[in-house]
Amino acid sequence: MSIKKISKEQPTDFKFDNENLKNAEKIIKNYPKGKQQSAVMPLLYLAQKQNNNWIPLAAMKYIAKFLSMPYIKVYEVATFYTMYNLSPVGKYFFQICTTTPCMIRGAYDIVAKCKEKISNKENELSNDNSCSWVEVECLGACVNAPMVQINDDYYEDLDEEKIEKIINQIQNGDKPKPGSYRGRVNSEPENNRKTLLDIKNA
Amino acid sequence: MLKDEDRIFTNLYNDLGPDILSAQKRGDWNNTNEIIKKGKEWIINEIKSSELRGRGGAGFPTGLKWSFAPKEVGSRPHYLVINADESEPGTCKDRDILRFEPHKLIEGCLLTAYAVNAKKCYIYIRGEYINEGIKLQEAINEAYEKKLIGSNACNTGWDFDIYIHYGAGAYICGEETALLESLEGKKGQPRLKPPFPALIGLYGCPTIINNVETIAVVPTILRRGAKWFSSLGKPKNTGTKIYCISGNVNKPCNVEEEMGISLKDLIEKHAGGVTGGWDNLKAVIPGGSSMPLLPKNICETIKMDFDSLVEQKSGLGTAGIVVINNDQDIIKCMARIARFYKHESCGQCTPCREGAGWMWRMLERMAKGEASRDEVDMLMDVTKQIEGHTICAFGEGSAWPVQGLLRHFKKEVAKRNNFNPLVNRSKNIPYLVDQHLLEK
Repeated sequence: MSIKKISKEQPTDFKFDNENLKNAEKIIKNYPKGKQQSAVMPLLYLAQKQNNNWIPLAAMKYIAKFLSMPYIKVYEVATFYTMYNLSPVGKYFFQICTTTPCMIRGAYDIVAKCKEKISNKENELSNDNSCSWVEVECLGACVNAPMVQINDDYYEDLDEEKIEKIINQIQNGDKPKPGSYRGRVNSEPENNRKTLLDIKNA
Repeated sequence: MLKDEDRIFTNLYNDLGPDILSAQKRGDWNNTNEIIKKGKEWIINEIKSSELRGRGGAGFPTGLKWSFAPKEVGSRPHYLVINADESEPGTCKDRDILRFEPHKLIEGCLLTAYAVNAKKCYIYIRGEYINEGIKLQEAINEAYEKKLIGSNACNTGWDFDIYIHYGAGAYICGEETALLESLEGKKGQPRLKPPFPALIGLYGCPTIINNVETIAVVPTILRRGAKWFSSLGKPKNTGTKIYCISGNVNKPCNVEEEMGISLKDLIEKHAGGVTGGWDNLKAVIPGGSSMPLLPKNICETIKMDFDSLVEQKSGLGTAGIVVINNDQDIIKCMARIARFYKHESCGQCTPCREGAGWMWRMLERMAKGEASRDEVDMLMDVTKQIEGHTICAFGEGSAWPVQGLLRHFKKEVAKRNNFNPLVNRSKNIPYLVDQHLLEK
């Protein structure tokens, strides 16, 4: 099981803005009548997005009322799943996969680079408050290992130099291109394709 | 090697585009109406005789699973749930289906839902696959626009809706009952079985849960016939499968191949060989991290299908092949897998919650050579006490890789950790219970 740190500094109030209010109503309609509790996960995502990528306790209370369910049930869900951040994270949130398939292709070199360029510890903001990093378990892009997820996007086929370049680009305010950094197409064998060649060459 | 015309996922590398027009050119949504008109019985029988086995890891016969759903809809509606919570280390096949072949999945959902009397389908995608989810939603919207799904889907009179539900980074939600709990807005902790989801599942209603790949191959099977599908592969292990080859290979890749292809062929032909040559191979994890690893001598001849791998006390699982060569420390690799399971245990059953962390801590020490020689046997004992003593298969999943390590590399582990704590007094081991004996 994983440990979740809940931020000591909490805002007193949380409310969905108008757009998210509409989104929330729409999401609840995806589930059968009376089963609105199912919407707790998507609603927590909405709250996280609205509140700079982390969920304050006030938002959990708000969502509990919104879905007429006990607060503790929302708290349970928010603390169980690792993708809900319960304390502030960087505007650019680096999630580095270090599970075995990535590890044997050098994921810890990338961790070392992030330690050097962003912050010495996990979940700690960088000096300019823009980035933070965390080690995560398998992100499901093992064929493109090692890889990093920065906010929503996957950056694949990395090495030390490439991640350094990406961090530099982000710190200079550019947006690096997601996808493979060895120039290969998706998950095909690089320069070694033996299948579906007619389609490729068509 | 499988011929290109027998491949199901022709857009695996996105040469053609995932949109509906390109998908229709590849044959998706072609005569869906006629297939549905052949009836529920026909669809289920066709899948049964194709001998399709679930692609999510357990390899349960799909047609049989569908036939467990009640034949008539009673007071409770039926649901179809698609498991796209792909999180098994070494596996990344569903991701490519979601982003490049979404219409195969959506059409499969419609056909399956019709066969099992479901009018609503939830696709549970892991939370990290945000972009893949967006692509799938685009494809769903296209299908709605063309009236392929929605009310009166494909002019069949069948009403059918698909919704996407994102997970949030819990590996355990790939277990079917944990997935249902999560979909109901709770912590993802597995339920006891029986009752099985086919009778009491989502919201207490009959629910069929299948993996993405299983459902995505259904339309092609129904179109080309069960005979064609069962002519590929081996008896009881039919058809094609997407293999994900990662780790120490020259060209890691996803590739669709026949069931029962030899592992050596897969690695040498498609993945460009082991880094440093075949002789540099140490071990292979054949089916995602939960499956016990195989040493080099078995890898020479092993065939990649459910039954051949079970004979070697491993399993096909999700067909996520992780290749480990001699440059890696095998104990460290397994310790990292144990850490994964320690992190992902849901905490419901004590043997798994406590045992997963215990195995991880022992393996970390064994990698450094800090464990005593009797701990090697103790580690095996711990795995045996987790296996079979938990609500879901996570217990097995965390214990098997460690058992695999001890089965094939026990000598190596014992060689590194061979000191006798009672004799070797110079060692200071604070966690040793018999510490007081050292002083005598």
